[in-house]
Amino acid sequence: MTPGVIWHPACSLEALRARAGLLAAIRRFFEEREVMEVETPLLCQAGGTDPNLHPFVTRFRRPGQAEGVPLYLQTSPEFAMKRLLAAGSGSIYQICKAFRNEEAGRYHNPEFTILEWYRPGFNLEQLMDEIDTLFVRLLAPHRDLQPSERVTYRDAFRKHAEVDPLTASLGELAACAGRHGLAEAEMLCGADRPVWLDFLFSHLVQPFLGQGRLSFVFDYPACQSSLARKKPNNPLVVERVEAFLDGIELANGFRELADPAEQEQRFDADLLTRRSQGQFLPAKDQRLLAALQAGLPDCSGVALGLDRLLMRLTGAKAIDEVLAFPVERA
Amino acid sequence: MAVFSTNEFKGGLKVMLDNDPCSIIENEFVKPGKGQAFNRVKLRNLKTGRVIERTFKSGESLEGADVVDVEMQYLYNDGELWHFMQPESFEQYTADANAVAEAKKWLKEQDICLVTLYNGAPLSVTPPNFVTLKIVETDPGVRGDTSGGGGKPATLETGAVVRVPLFVQTEEVIKVDTRTGEYLSRVKE
Repeated sequence: MTPGVIWHPACSLEALRARAGLLAAIRRFFEEREVMEVETPLLCQAGGTDPNLHPFVTRFRRPGQAEGVPLYLQTSPEFAMKRLLAAGSGSIYQICKAFRNEEAGRYHNPEFTILEWYRPGFNLEQLMDEIDTLFVRLLAPHRDLQPSERVTYRDAFRKHAEVDPLTASLGELAACAGRHGLAEAEMLCGADRPVWLDFLFSHLVQPFLGQGRLSFVFDYPACQSSLARKKPNNPLVVERVEAFLDGIELANGFRELADPAEQEQRFDADLLTRRSQGQFLPAKDQRLLAALQAGLPDCSGVALGLDRLLMRLTGAKAIDEVLAFPVERA
Repeated sequence: MAVFSTNEFKGGLKVMLDNDPCSIIENEFVKPGKGQAFNRVKLRNLKTGRVIERTFKSGESLEGADVVDVEMQYLYNDGELWHFMQPESFEQYTADANAVAEAKKWLKEQDICLVTLYNGAPLSVTPPNFVTLKIVETDPGVRGDTSGGGGKPATLETGAVVRVPLFVQTEEVIKVDTRTGEYLSRVKE
């Protein structure tokens, strides 16, 4: 036995109890609303294509098999849950682990817990209502919060960064960074518009969101569409929402993209970006494309980081304070 | 010199930024769920002492700075430069007013200081946490006053001025905390 090895959990027993209480309250919430709990694989044959997500890759060998095939630890249960929706599951939710390589810090552990749910027939506004109701129920016993606010991405950006994220040229975005003393932005972001928006949003906008109340930011720029549907009659934005509390991103939701052709185009665009960055090229998830082809019901869905929510409930300053065994102790 | 990537940035690491040596204070990983990862880093410029905030793309790197802290004995001031010696090697170094800065008012000959060397030359000087210095001037206090309430200014042999209790007199030796500039006690010689 090696002396001095740390075997204790990183979090307090109180934090363990807070987590258990949170999980029970979430399950009660969805049971009341007749949303079915589901499980989907953590080990998947297809990884996502998002250039900013780096999956853990392992190998599956059948008994006696020498080589085996690569399997990915999921970065999100989204594709599998959409296949359940296409199969007619109706409203579903899942509490599961997700894994993201190259992510570690005060708000990131490479293995973390996601609550994800889907609501056929819900538009983005109804989804925001439901997220809000759940948050109020979970947070009210611990935090004294004002009624939540809803603001478009464009308005939030104009208010805090004083520039229009949808129409500003790259030069105007650079001037905005310069005004705020962020001279390094130009070198970091170059001619990459999504990176410019991520940079300015995370430095100038996000710190002001969710102060004393939950902030919903919706209608994201089309260049940050991810898996959201385009907004009808406004080509500049997509039906995507994020929720913030205390300047921290807690949830990300979409009116889900259901068109298989457009989904495949977005996969291809991701792969092109990955190729230009010299990243590995995952296979497109053919099973998702086939499910969309068969028909995904019109629905909205959202993923919520439970560890971060727990941080907001308990006042923890770092994610390690709410995890039994963060990666350093795993 | 070694090169350090953002994932190696941690408090105390010395790196080169804009051609100046800096010490990393804090490194925060920032990443939207769907978006670019950044590291927001707080650094202290070791030349100016100023704190800078700078963002890097995760995976970027900076060159390490040739900065080391060395314990040295303070020898003397020649009117322009301050002279120090490494006690083991007897190697001598000279520091200018910029490097000595605020430390100069605490420097007493023979005392051991921490000298920060950058590319082999003194960049800054940290005095010992506690120094014992003689009072060269202070108003005569009221005899018998031991309460320590109120106090009065006293000029020390190195030029520093600290507040001392009323009962402390000129020619007495006192102990001072250089980090706060506060009087701690009298010292019997």
